[in-house]
Amino acid sequence: MAEEEKNVGGLVISSSPHLLTGENVPKIMYSVVAALLPVCSVSVYFFGLHALILIAVSTVSSVGAEYLIQRFMGRPVKAWDGSAAVTGILLALTLPPRFSIFGVVLGSVFAIVVAKQIFGGLGYNIFNPALLGRAFLQAAYPVFITAWTEPFRGFFQVDAVSAATPLALMKFEGIITPRLNLLFGNVAGSLGETSALAILAGGLYLRYKGYVNWKLPMGFLLSIAFFGGIFWVVDPLKYPDPLFHILSGGAMLGAWFMVTDMVTTPTTLKGQWLFSVAAGAITILIRLFGGLPEGVMYSILLMNSLVPLLNRWTRPKVFGEGLA
Amino acid sequence: MPPSDRTLFYEFKKGLLLENPVAVMLLGMCSSLAVTNQIKNSLAMGLAVVFVTIASSALVSMVRKLVPGGVRIATYIVIISGFVTLADLFFKAFFPDISKTLGPYVPLIVVNCIIMARAEVFAAKHPVAASVADAVGMGVGYTWVLLVIGAIREVLGSGSIFGLAILSENVFKPWVVMVLPPGAFLTLGFLIGFINYIKSRKEGIE
Repeated sequence: MAEEEKNVGGLVISSSPHLLTGENVPKIMYSVVAALLPVCSVSVYFFGLHALILIAVSTVSSVGAEYLIQRFMGRPVKAWDGSAAVTGILLALTLPPRFSIFGVVLGSVFAIVVAKQIFGGLGYNIFNPALLGRAFLQAAYPVFITAWTEPFRGFFQVDAVSAATPLALMKFEGIITPRLNLLFGNVAGSLGETSALAILAGGLYLRYKGYVNWKLPMGFLLSIAFFGGIFWVVDPLKYPDPLFHILSGGAMLGAWFMVTDMVTTPTTLKGQWLFSVAAGAITILIRLFGGLPEGVMYSILLMNSLVPLLNRWTRPKVFGEGLA
Repeated sequence: MPPSDRTLFYEFKKGLLLENPVAVMLLGMCSSLAVTNQIKNSLAMGLAVVFVTIASSALVSMVRKLVPGGVRIATYIVIISGFVTLADLFFKAFFPDISKTLGPYVPLIVVNCIIMARAEVFAAKHPVAASVADAVGMGVGYTWVLLVIGAIREVLGSGSIFGLAILSENVFKPWVVMVLPPGAFLTLGFLIGFINYIKSRKEGIE
């Protein structure tokens, strides 16, 4: 806001900038919420009522935690700007369909309080809050967070049937899930990661609105395809093909909604390429050689921690600066 | 408070909160993070450190005028390791279980920065009574922080206190992370943040 705004004889005098885009935090954040709606709908369609409850509880408790912690810390209360809601929805979308209600509350409170507000609030957090919340839940409940269930067991899902995710099938049993199922989301997995199409729809909407820098998701997905492709070319029987890598697991959700987080990604052009390509490479490393079937979360968190260094390292040269 | 006005009680009290070795000076991090997954271990470790700090501070203070400056660190090490060996053998003889769970951390008290710091900063420059008061305060300060971390981690990580289950598995599912090293860092971070908050409130600084 322009602090020194004076009205002199009908003319408003203020310091620059004078041209405003009309964008602000709530507008952007609620667009992200809108972009996540197709993903949420698909997950409710596949995983039933419990998915809806998880998403709702996570959103409400994130916003509630944000409100309370901002009151407690004496900061201006901005819980309604939508950023906490985005964190809550994203967190729920990364959880397995039958995750406990208490667990999701815990994760969202951790995401808001520890990952976001303790670091200084929106714009100051080093790590993506939703991902850090999930990482905490993974560390706290390693068993429950890998309890996947089959999709399509009716809306109320009374008889949840446990199932393995496509990545776990690939890694531990060498079974490749059909592409079409991965595209539509008819597979086991976290609430919001199964349907590549729904995520793509949301992502393209954000791209259309101009809130997403296309370099980040492209760099991430192409890097996954490239590094996954190298292994596939070397040994097609042992390693899955690039398309499988892109469509399975959290790659799509991560690419469009987490790698593109404005706060926790580099601001420079080179830094963005480095960030997204390195995150993709680490994802492939973890998927193929790590102990876990999926590596999107840790690769993004790892690269989050390097963002200040990347920003500094790739700082563009100011015109007229010395040759050195 | 100028040093001349300091009472013995002040020397004792400062270790509890104002100059708490773990929460304020961030000394002895290794042991306070490593052994605090259960309150029992915290207590044993805390008592061992209290004993070693008091005994070595007293002895260092007694010999402070005899030891030439050039070899003072070596002298402290010899004194401290003597008492640490006592504590270690005591645990091995009477509490073999605790000795096993604490593992190398009891012998490692030799290089615990708290004791070293108290010998170098305080005991080497003060009379015996003040040194002992200081050592008691520092030891108790270390112990209570360890007990709090241990209690939080044991309740959240295993749902028990002193090994007795207090939370049913049905009501509360323990967080595995709390018994792992990240849980120690989280708990300690929150504790230090909380203590800083209290201190800033006390001093009227926001």
